[in-house]
Amino acid sequence: MNPVNYLYLAALLFTIGASGVLIRRNAIVVFMCVELMLNACNLTLVAFSRMHGNLDGQIIAFFTMVVAAAEVVIGLAIIVSLFRSRHSASVDDASLMKL
Amino acid sequence: MTAALAAAATTTSTGEAVQFWILGTVAVVGALSTVLMKKAVHSALSLAGTMIVLAVFYLANGAYFLGIVQVVVYTGAIMMLFLFVVMLVGVTAADSLKETLKGQRWLAAACGLGFGILLIAGIGQASLQSFNGLGAANAQHGGNVEGLANLIFTKYVFAFEITGALLITATVGAMLLTHRERTERAKTQRELSQERVRSSHLPPLPAPGVYARHNAVDIAGLLPDGTPSELTVMRTLRQRGQIRDVSGDSLAELKALEQRSGERLGRDRGPARDHAEEEEEVAK
Repeated sequence: MNPVNYLYLAALLFTIGASGVLIRRNAIVVFMCVELMLNACNLTLVAFSRMHGNLDGQIIAFFTMVVAAAEVVIGLAIIVSLFRSRHSASVDDASLMKL
Repeated sequence: MTAALAAAATTTSTGEAVQFWILGTVAVVGALSTVLMKKAVHSALSLAGTMIVLAVFYLANGAYFLGIVQVVVYTGAIMMLFLFVVMLVGVTAADSLKETLKGQRWLAAACGLGFGILLIAGIGQASLQSFNGLGAANAQHGGNVEGLANLIFTKYVFAFEITGALLITATVGAMLLTHRERTERAKTQRELSQERVRSSHLPPLPAPGVYARHNAVDIAGLLPDGTPSELTVMRTLRQRGQIRDVSGDSLAELKALEQRSGERLGRDRGPARDHAEEEEEVAK
């Protein structure tokens, strides 16, 4: 097996995540699909790091994880406050910027 | 040894190939069920499974630090945060199956398929026949963690500091977003009691299971006329559809008891009649 298979797997996971973002309407599930896409990118970075034989890809994957952690905190806070004001977590209901 | 590791290789070990095909299937199934599961909790658990599989892949690719961080940060912290929010929000957040845009779902699926074909064809076109492996890079500073630390604190130190600022900002932002400012003053006890007298419920709400044969929280209390009372069960349980209606239970139990006793009596009567017939034959 060639490590390029990791790239194929990451592309597949990214595609599934992107389709989920387009298809699902529940804001939490949409957010989980975004996380799936981020993870697929990390797998690509790690696999490329191995192919090229240097650690820079792993550093970028590490920074991606940190940024993803911050993003999750903010995103979930937004979802919770949206749920408080509209009593729904559907992305269809959040069609206005204000209440 | 180092020269052998640094030389470009074309295939990995058979063990890694077996691991890849088995765990890769698990990862894809987890991702698909993240998208397709109806309940948000199931999606979250599937995603956690996929992330653990990805952690194993990081370890297999020589990224030992990232593999551990993936387990600790992603499956440990982020997914648990997701589960907490699902518990706060997700109970009532059933995904509506009604399409607001006509045919959007199929179009989105077709777009995803096309995108996937594009990506995979792109990778297939690239000439990535040989790879270097991380053995030399990991060994250069004495290990994977040491190598990463060396890069973070020299070449990427500025990005690392900005990351710290980002984390602080995110923390403050989350507190700001979820904090609710009290715009009116708190009600006093007197005002609360007056409000209560004006409302329709002066006595406390009936407890679950009053007049029923159980007092579990998921069983509605019965009113004196035998109808279950909506007030006694928590709203969340009702929205989840986890209420048992026990108003017909006692009648059903009585019916079952009658049927059982009928069967028992019928069986008892049978041999007795036979016995009587035998006695009659003997008398003849």
